[in-house]
Amino acid sequence: MQIRDWFKSGNPWIWLNAAAVSASLIMVFGLLVLIMVRGMGYFWPSDVTEIQYIDKQGQEVKLIGEIWDEEEVSKQTLTDNGYKIEGPLDYVTRYLLKVGNRDIYGNDFRLVIQPFIKKKEIPDDLVVVVRREWGNLYGYLTGIKENGQPVQVSDAELWNEFQKRTDRVEELHDQIVEIQKSDIGEINHEIEKLRLKRRSYELDNELTEENLAELDRERKIQDDLYAVVQQRLNELNKLIVRDSFSAQVQTGQITEVSFEKVVKAYKPNQMSWFTKLGTYFANIWEFVSDEPREANTEGGVFPAIFGTVMMVIIMAVLVTPLGVIAAVYLREYAKQGPLTRTIRIAVNNLAGVPSIVYGVFGLGFFVYFLGGNIDRLFFPEALPAPTFGTPGIMWSSLTLAILTLPVVIVATEEGLSRIPRSIREGSLALGATKFETLWRTVIPMSSPAIMTGLILAVARAAGEVAPLMLVGVVKLAPSLPLDGNAPFLHLDRKFMHLGFHIYDVGFQSPNVEAARPLVYATSLLLVLVIIALNLVAIQIRNRLREKYRALEG
Amino acid sequence: MSQSDPSSSPNMNSDPATNPLGQSNGFYFRFRMLLDKFMRYGVAFGGISIIIAITLIFVYLLLVVFPIFHGAELDNTKEYKLDIEPTTKTLFMAMEEQNEVALRVTSSGEMIFFDTQDGSVITRQEPDLPKGVTVTSFANADPAEATFVLGLSNGHAMVYQHRYKVTFPDDKRLITPKLLMPLGESPILIDTQDEAISHIAVQSNEEGYSLVAETADKRLMLVSFAKEESLLEDSVTFERSEAELPYPATDITHLLIDKDQRELYVASAGSNITFFDIQEKSDPKLLQHILISDSGAELTALASLTGGISILVGTSDGQLAQWSLVRQENNQEQLVKFREFESHNAAIRQIIPEFSRKGFLAFDDDGQFGIYHTTAEQTVIRKQLTKGLEQLALSPRASAMVTLTNNEQISFWKIDNEHPEISWSSLWGKVWYESYPEPDYIWQSSSADNDFEPKFSLVPISFGTLKAAFYAMLIAVPLAIMGAIFTAQFMSPTMRKTVKPSIEIMEALPTVILGFLAGLWLAPFVESNLIGIFLMLLGMPIGILLASYLWQHLPQRIRFVVPDGWEGALLIPAIFLTGWITLTLGPIVELWWFGGDVTQYGNHFGPWLDHNLWFVITALLFPILYLFVVRAKPIQQQVSRLSSDGLRNAANLSIAIVVCLIVGKLLTPVIESAFFDGDVVAYFKDATLAFDQRNSIVVGLAMGFAVIPTIFSIAEDALFAVPKHLIQGSLALGATPWQTLIRVVILTASPGIFSAVMIGLGRAVGETMIVLMATGNTPVMDFSIFQGMRTLSANIAVEMPESEVDSTHYRVLFLAALVLFAFTFFFNTLAEIVRQRLRRKYSSL
Repeated sequence: MQIRDWFKSGNPWIWLNAAAVSASLIMVFGLLVLIMVRGMGYFWPSDVTEIQYIDKQGQEVKLIGEIWDEEEVSKQTLTDNGYKIEGPLDYVTRYLLKVGNRDIYGNDFRLVIQPFIKKKEIPDDLVVVVRREWGNLYGYLTGIKENGQPVQVSDAELWNEFQKRTDRVEELHDQIVEIQKSDIGEINHEIEKLRLKRRSYELDNELTEENLAELDRERKIQDDLYAVVQQRLNELNKLIVRDSFSAQVQTGQITEVSFEKVVKAYKPNQMSWFTKLGTYFANIWEFVSDEPREANTEGGVFPAIFGTVMMVIIMAVLVTPLGVIAAVYLREYAKQGPLTRTIRIAVNNLAGVPSIVYGVFGLGFFVYFLGGNIDRLFFPEALPAPTFGTPGIMWSSLTLAILTLPVVIVATEEGLSRIPRSIREGSLALGATKFETLWRTVIPMSSPAIMTGLILAVARAAGEVAPLMLVGVVKLAPSLPLDGNAPFLHLDRKFMHLGFHIYDVGFQSPNVEAARPLVYATSLLLVLVIIALNLVAIQIRNRLREKYRALEG
Repeated sequence: MSQSDPSSSPNMNSDPATNPLGQSNGFYFRFRMLLDKFMRYGVAFGGISIIIAITLIFVYLLLVVFPIFHGAELDNTKEYKLDIEPTTKTLFMAMEEQNEVALRVTSSGEMIFFDTQDGSVITRQEPDLPKGVTVTSFANADPAEATFVLGLSNGHAMVYQHRYKVTFPDDKRLITPKLLMPLGESPILIDTQDEAISHIAVQSNEEGYSLVAETADKRLMLVSFAKEESLLEDSVTFERSEAELPYPATDITHLLIDKDQRELYVASAGSNITFFDIQEKSDPKLLQHILISDSGAELTALASLTGGISILVGTSDGQLAQWSLVRQENNQEQLVKFREFESHNAAIRQIIPEFSRKGFLAFDDDGQFGIYHTTAEQTVIRKQLTKGLEQLALSPRASAMVTLTNNEQISFWKIDNEHPEISWSSLWGKVWYESYPEPDYIWQSSSADNDFEPKFSLVPISFGTLKAAFYAMLIAVPLAIMGAIFTAQFMSPTMRKTVKPSIEIMEALPTVILGFLAGLWLAPFVESNLIGIFLMLLGMPIGILLASYLWQHLPQRIRFVVPDGWEGALLIPAIFLTGWITLTLGPIVELWWFGGDVTQYGNHFGPWLDHNLWFVITALLFPILYLFVVRAKPIQQQVSRLSSDGLRNAANLSIAIVVCLIVGKLLTPVIESAFFDGDVVAYFKDATLAFDQRNSIVVGLAMGFAVIPTIFSIAEDALFAVPKHLIQGSLALGATPWQTLIRVVILTASPGIFSAVMIGLGRAVGETMIVLMATGNTPVMDFSIFQGMRTLSANIAVEMPESEVDSTHYRVLFLAALVLFAFTFFFNTLAEIVRQRLRRKYSSL
C-alpha cells in the first residue's frame, strides 16, 4: 500500500487515537508503579558500602554510606563543577551516597563520581544506628561504656551486648514517653482547666474567698502529683543516660554516642535475605504506628494517619444526614420544575468549584465568624487565646463536609431515581404513608447508593489538602484530637494529615533529600487507601445497577 | 425517567375518617399521619436550608469582598465654636489616635489642646518668647512624628512635640496631652544674623532633627542636629551642623524635608521646585530643578506622601499631582510626575497625607474637600464643605478629622474609609508604583513596615492561572479526547471495561501526590532530560505511525492473532520503545547541538547551526515539499509508471529530498540574513536559556495528568452515547470508519466534548496543590515555557494564613477566591447546560 493511500484510509489517525489511550494508561500505571517502588523500597534495609575515593583535592578518603541514587551526568556539567575527568567518556555515573552522621560531617549526603572510586566493598561489620537526632550513624562499633567506664567484652560479644543495651534503653524510653504523654499531659490539662475556672470566676465577679481556697486546694493536689511524676521522670532520665557506645566513622574518627539517642541498630551487610524481610516488615509497622522524629523527616506517620481518619469520620457523620435529607427533598418532596432543575445543576456544579475556595469560605465563615462568636459566648475565660476561633479539626471536617456534600447529594439522588415506581406504588397501596414508604422501602433500597456517595466523599476528603491548609492542619500537632482527658474528643485541636504531611515534608523540610523516601512511603499509603475506597465504591455501584436492572425487568 | 410523584396518589391526601385502615386504629393512624406531615415539612425545611447553606458560600464571599468596592463615607457628628480671641489665626491642627483630643497652634504661638467632641479646652500653653519677638513662620514634620516648629522674628526657632499619655483611672480612658521640647527649652539659633525666619521646615526621627529656614533677607539655611546617645549616662546630646543653600531664582513659597532627612524640596514662585540632596548635612547638593505647572499656575500646597519617596503638589488652578523619585540610569534620583488626581475648581489650600497609607486629603479655597489614594489612582470621596475652610486635622488612624473655618466654627467628622487602595485600576491596570522605573503589573502584598506600598495587581496571578491552565490543557485535551474517541468507538468491549475505570481512578488520585511527584521527581527529571522530553513529544506520533505502518505490513497470520479494538494494547511496547529511544537520544543531541548543557547553549549551538543551516532548512522544508511532490501531476505521471508500491514510495521520497536540498541551498543565505542578522555564530554568542526547574512544562504535564480523566470520562460518555443507527447508516453508505467518526460521531457529540473541555478547564484553573508544589510560585508575567508562575489558587494557599482578618489583603484574597468560584461555576454551568441539551437531542434521535 502506498503511504499516501494509507493516510487517506484514516487508519493512522485511528492508531494515533489508540496511542492516546495507551499513553494515558501508561501514565496512570507508571505513576502507581513509581510510587509503589519508591515507597516500598524505603523500608528495605539496604547494604552499606565502603568506598575508597579520590576527592576533588586529589586525596584518598574512605566513605561509608548507603547508595541512595545514581544517574548519568554529562562530562561538561562535572567539569563546570570543578572535576577533571579524563578518558573518552561523555557521560559518567554519579552516585548519591547517604553518609549520615550529620553531627560530624554536617551533611547527610555526598556525591560520588564513578571514575574516582578506587575500591568498593560491603564489609560485614558495618553498623547502621538509627538515632533520635542527627540522623543515621554509619560506622564500626568499637566499644561500650557504662557510667563512663568501658565495659569489657570480647569483639564477638560486642554486638550482642550492644543490642541488649539498646533494648534496655528502648524500654526506658517508652516509660518516659508514657509518663510525659499521659501523666504530665493529664496534669497540665487539669492545671489549665483550673486557670480557666479562675478566670471565669473573675469574669463573673465570683472570685470569692472560698472559691479561691477551693482553686488553691485543687492546684495544690495537681502540684503534688506533678512533683511525684517529675521525680519518677528524673530517675528514669538518669537511668537512660547510663550507657554509651563508641564507633569509628568513615574519617577514622571515634565518636561516642549515648544509648539514649538510639532508636534501633542493625548490621544490614550481615543479614540474610530472610532477616532483611523481617526488618522490612518491622520497619513498615514502625512507619504506621510511630510518632515522627526529626521535624517529621524520620520515624512514623501515626499522628497523621490518626488525624486523617478522625477528620474523615467526623466529616462523614456530618455529611451523610445533610446530603441524604437534601437529596430526599429534591427528589421526593420538591415539585419537579425548572427551579428544582436549576438547583440540581447548581449543586452538581458545586462539585467542580475549586477546593481552595471552600477553604477560604471555611476560614472566613467557620473559623473567624462562627468560631469567634462561639468563643465570645462560651469560652470568654480563655480569651484572648482562641478556643474555636482558630483553625481546628471541627472546622476542617465541616469545610470538607460542605465540599463533599454535592457528591453525596448527587449519588443519593441517583439511587433514589433508580428505585422502580412499582415499589413505591406497592407500598402506598398497602396503606403506608409517604414517609413510611420512604423510610421503610425507598431509603433502605437506595442505601448502597448512599454508601457509594459516602465512600466517594470520604475518598475525596482524604486526599484533599488545599482547604485544610487554611482551616486546621498543622505540620506537628502536640496532641491527638482524641485522648484520655475529658471531654476526650477535642474538636478545637489542630491535627496532622497525611496529604499535608506529604506537602510539608516534601517541600518545607530542611532536609528534603533525606526525607524523600518517607514522602514516597506516605504517598503510597494515601494512594492505597484512596484507590481501595474508590474500587469499593465502583463495585457497590456496579452491583447496585445489576440489582435494579433485575427489578425493573 | 421513572420519576414518580407519589404525593399525587389518592392515598396520601385522603380523609382519615374514610380510610379503612385508619378507622381500625384511630390514635396510631393519627400519629402516623402527623408524623408524615411533620416529616414532609421537616424534610422540606431541612432540604431547603441545606441548599441555602450551600449558596451561602457565594453570598459570604461576596459579603467579605463587598467593602473593598464600597466608597468612603464622611459624617459630621459634632459642631461647635471655640472661645478664642478672634484676632489670632490658626496655623496648625492635629489629633491623637483615639480621636478625643486635638491640638491647635495659633499665629501667636499659643498651643491649645481641646476636646474634639465639645471644644472644651484641656490645656493651653504660650511659648516662652523673649520680649518683642513674634512667631513668623510655622512647619510640622511627618505626621507620625508629631513634631512641629515655630520660626521666630529673631532668627531663632522652637521645636515641639505633642504627646499623649493614656491612663485608665476607674476603668475609664483618660488622655493627657503634653508638649515636649526635644531640643531644649530655649529657642535654637538658626540664623546668626538674627533675621526673621519667613519660611521653615522641620523633620525628625530617631537619628536627629533637621531644620531648613528661609530668612527675611532671602538666605536659605540648613541646620541639623544628630542625636548622640552617651553610653554611660542616660542623656542625649545633639551634634549641630549647618550649611547655607543657594537661594532659588524666585521667592520661596514652601519648604519640605522628606521623612528620612535625605531630600529637601524648595518651592518658589512660578511653581518651581528645587530639589536638594541633604544626606551630607554640611554639604548639600542641588540635584534638580523642575517646573510643576506649565500653565503658569502657582504652587499652593506641598506635602510628602507616607514613606517619603513621593511629594504631593497642589496648584492655584486646582490641580493635584504626585511626583516621585525615580532612580535614573546614571543612578541619580529624579523627580518624575507620577499621576494627576481629579482637579478642583479653586486653588488647593492644604494637602494632608494619611499616616500609614498612601492616601491623602486635600481641600481648596472654595471648601471643596476630597480624599484621594495614590496607588489606586482614585478619588475616594469628594464633598463640598463650608466655604472658608482654613485648617484640617486628620487622626492617625484616618478614621476622623477636625475642620476649622475662618469664623472659628469647628466640626468633627467621622471618616469610614477602610479600603482606599483598591480600585479597578489598581487591581487590573498597570500601576506606577513608587521606586519603579515605569508602570507595571505587580503582586506584592505585604511587608513589615507601614511605608510599604502594597501592590495588589491581580493581573500577574490571573495570567499565571491561565498560563498553567493553558499548558495543562495543551497536554490533556488531545490525549483525553483522542483517548475517548478510541475507547468509545473502536475499542473492544472487554478492554473498555478495564480501561475506563482505570482512567477514572486517575481522577481520584490526590493532587498533593501529583504535585509532590511533579515537584520532586518530574522537575529534576525534566531538567536533566529537557531535550529528551521535547524529542519525545515530537517523536511519539512519528514512532506510533511508524509502528502502525509496520504492523500493516506484517503477515496476516500474525495480524489476525490480535482482534480489532486491541490496537491500544499493541501500541504499549511501541510507546515504550519510542520513549526509550528519544530519552536516550536526548543527551546525545544535547551534546551534539548544545555542548552538553542546554541552558548554556549559545556558544555551541551557534557554530553548529552555522555549519548545518542548509540541512536544517532542508529538514524543515521536507514535509511541505513532500506533499508538493506527491500532488504534482507531471511528477506523478512519471512515478506511476513504476512497477511496485515500494518503488513508487522510494521514488517520491528521493525526488522530494533532492528538491529540498536544492531549495534549501538557495534559501540558506536568505534565511541567514533575515533571521540571524547575517551571522549565525554572532547571533547566538553567549546566549543562555533562562530556565527555572519548576516551570510550565512540569506544571503542564502534572496538571494535564490530573485533568485527563475528567475530560476523558465526560467526552467518552458523550461519544459512546451517539446513537448506533447513525454510525451504522454511515458505514452502510460506504464511509470508512474514520470518515464516519469525523463526519458523524464527532459532529454529533461535539457539544459533549465541548462541555468536557470546559469542565476540564474549570478543574485546571482551580487546582491548587499541583501548582503550589510544581512551580516556584513567583508572580512573574513571563510567557516562557521554561519559567514558572503563581496562580490565584496557590496565591490564596500561600498568603491566606498570614493575612490579617478584614484587612485589604484579606479581602483581596477573598476576591481571588470569588473570581475562581465565579469562573468555575460559570464554565461548569455552561458545560452542564450543553450536556443536558445534548442528552435531549440524543433521546429525540
